[in-house]
Amino acid sequence: MILYLLRRVLYAVPIALAVGFVCFMLVQIAPGDPINAIVPPDAPADVVEQVRKDYGLDKPLPVQFGLWLSKVVVGDLGRSLATGRPVWADLQTAIANTLTLAFAASMLGFVLGCVLGGLAGTFRGSAIDRGAVGLAVAGVSVPHYWLGMVMVVIFSVQLNWLPAMGAGPGGSSDWAWNWEHMKHLILPMVTLSVIPMGIVTRTVRGIVAETMNQEFVTALRGKGLTRWHIFLHVVKNAAPNALAVMGLQLGYLMGGSILVETVFSWPGTGLLLNSAIFQRDLPVLQGTILVLAMFFVALNLVVDLVQTALDPRIKRA
Amino acid sequence: MSFRRLLLAAAITAPLAAAPILAQAQGTIRIGMTAADIPLTHGQPDQGFEGNRFTGIPLYDGLTAWDLSAADKPSSVIPGLATEWRVDEADKTRWIFRLRPDVKFHDGSDFNADAVVWNVRKVLDREAPHYDPRQVGLTATRMPTLRRAEKIDDLTVALFTSEPDSFLPINLTNLFMASPAQWERHRAAQPNAEAAWNAFAREPSGTGPFRLTRFVARERVEMARNDAYWGTKAKAERIVLLPIPEANARTAALLSGQVDWIEAPAPDAVPQLRSRSMTITQNLQPHVWPWQPCFVGDSPLKDVRVRRALNLAIDREGMKQLLNGFMVAPVGTVAPGHPWWGNPSFQIRTDKAEARRLLAEAGYGPQRPLNLKVQISASGSGQMQPLPMNEFLQQDLKSVGVNVEFDVVDWNTLFTNWRQGCQAASARGAHATNVSFAAMDPFFAMVRFWDSKMAPPASNNWGHFNDPRFDQMIREARSTFDPAARDAALAKLHAAGVDEALFIWIAHDVAPRAMSPRIKGYVQPQSWFVDLRLPFIQ
Repeated sequence: MILYLLRRVLYAVPIALAVGFVCFMLVQIAPGDPINAIVPPDAPADVVEQVRKDYGLDKPLPVQFGLWLSKVVVGDLGRSLATGRPVWADLQTAIANTLTLAFAASMLGFVLGCVLGGLAGTFRGSAIDRGAVGLAVAGVSVPHYWLGMVMVVIFSVQLNWLPAMGAGPGGSSDWAWNWEHMKHLILPMVTLSVIPMGIVTRTVRGIVAETMNQEFVTALRGKGLTRWHIFLHVVKNAAPNALAVMGLQLGYLMGGSILVETVFSWPGTGLLLNSAIFQRDLPVLQGTILVLAMFFVALNLVVDLVQTALDPRIKRA
Repeated sequence: MSFRRLLLAAAITAPLAAAPILAQAQGTIRIGMTAADIPLTHGQPDQGFEGNRFTGIPLYDGLTAWDLSAADKPSSVIPGLATEWRVDEADKTRWIFRLRPDVKFHDGSDFNADAVVWNVRKVLDREAPHYDPRQVGLTATRMPTLRRAEKIDDLTVALFTSEPDSFLPINLTNLFMASPAQWERHRAAQPNAEAAWNAFAREPSGTGPFRLTRFVARERVEMARNDAYWGTKAKAERIVLLPIPEANARTAALLSGQVDWIEAPAPDAVPQLRSRSMTITQNLQPHVWPWQPCFVGDSPLKDVRVRRALNLAIDREGMKQLLNGFMVAPVGTVAPGHPWWGNPSFQIRTDKAEARRLLAEAGYGPQRPLNLKVQISASGSGQMQPLPMNEFLQQDLKSVGVNVEFDVVDWNTLFTNWRQGCQAASARGAHATNVSFAAMDPFFAMVRFWDSKMAPPASNNWGHFNDPRFDQMIREARSTFDPAARDAALAKLHAAGVDEALFIWIAHDVAPRAMSPRIKGYVQPQSWFVDLRLPFIQ
């Protein structure tokens, strides 16, 4: 197991390098000029060139990438071109905010998905099954930024029940798990949860339905176990696969909530990436994507380990 | 207790319970900005003029300032931290500025000539210990001829320009005075100048009517009234700035009571905002949304008749309807009544018959339609609504036999290409580009487009316009130091520019804002900026 762990950690190194390189090159080949993050568009050429030199953006691309990499390996993600603030400082708060939102949305989505999927799989072909599948299809089909805007119109603008934006009455820096702050979380959380809810529902339904058809369930029935006990056995068999899907979904939510965070002005990694993309803020973009990629790798590893713990049949050599 | 009594008791006690909340909210204005991040607070804001509007002018002062007190006249330059200024008659590159006495920074240190020299050096002297490359890009571009400053005495300073330049007092509205003492304090605790400026940005000190009290990166800035301000003090006690880049999110934040004021509401939400008693404000802004012609190569826009025809062919009233009324039809870069207007002989209006006649005279007609290619963006700061507006123009110009093809590029790309000119490969054969611009000072309104020396890569003369008459008029304006005579020279330049139809002038933005009816005292000047000292919450 230790060797397996070491190997997985080592795999993360080339992944990090590749992510950093691809991200760097994508920004370079995209139209536009990173210097626009620092100087206004109407700046005379001499000022542009002077600032380009001051920031080292006049150096050859391999040199720029090498300089960035040499800092990253010692834990320095550089400074934002636009604000001058250390990337890691902004990233830390953004990650904390996104984690709050992503975990809340995942929990809601996973619980609803497991319940709906479990019911649909157990009562295949029934009205419950059709209803759950309908909800799941709607969950993965409805554009979540549109859903977010509709919910804002209903719950914020019309009913005035919940705030339309932000991460608390005074911002996220004084976040607390009280009603004043949590009411800011509700609308983005529900919006973000619909996709994992849909995917988990469909996955769990499929696994439960398949497991219910297996011979050991027939054997359990033959032994006279109650429906509840049979269900527990089915859940135990279905859990590893469902967990893998949930892990992936959590990873997607960590980096994939740009639209929802923008709609709700939720100050997480999505909003950070959004503004970095529009400003061509290369250090922020590279740093954020790199950290999110590493998070995804780490999450996959954790999921694999939990899967092993749940199901000894999955061996890690 | 009966339900009725309970209700009565609740009705009586509810206002009492709410009283402390109301008292606390009194005087706090919460503003939803269009920016995606807090504009820099170290004294030279980024995020374009929205930055100057919200974290520049409220926190800092320049030597000169804009008069933002009236809505019915163009904003003009007035004394700020300098009470008077004049050019040295013996050396027209040397200006003498007399400073306002008894002004203190928010940290309590004195504002004086040393502070002015220090602030000039922060962006122009690479050897200065507090030189900040980040601020250079945001400042030096807006005062292109300023070179250095020299202290004469505590309240007098000399500023030097690279060439005689009468525009300097206008340019200096962009150089905000930060506190050297506060920076030195931060420098003592930080490893280098860059880190000291970052610390300064979190705890800045200027001389402005508000001082920063809370800074949450990317989320909010809170400012409190500076009760020791040297000028007229602000009426509002606090200003809270929130970056809300998405227009619908801003609108929802206002409608749900999370903010009191939003910049640029979603246009299609305006009827709903009005139905909820929100105030919608707008005024002519020194902003131009044009097509900037290419004057070289095989561009048909080399011909003044074609440029005039296009200016006459556009149905600007129709476009105004498209924009829910949020534009002003331009008749030049500045509007009539502006000191630089100059009464041109060519009158920009809608006259399709005359447009057809001019096009026919230039050799275009049904047998030989005019084919134009214009580089545009799909979005962008200050660009209003570029896609629907350009599509409207495409349809409109078809009616006079002009076929318009668009090369749609990313906003950042359009900007980059703007510096490269219409002969560069990046223009991809476009005959015009569609970059909106601010026209607050003469350099940005006219000189950078019409001076042959400003052709790429020097500046934004994208079309390589080159006419010695214009170069001469620009030299005259720059070397005329009496403000009235300088304005007259600029008026001559502007009138000539309109007569030559050097732009296809399409729209002026009107800077729409929506605000709660509780906001009183607000004045929307004819400017990119507002005076946050005036509004208050009732």
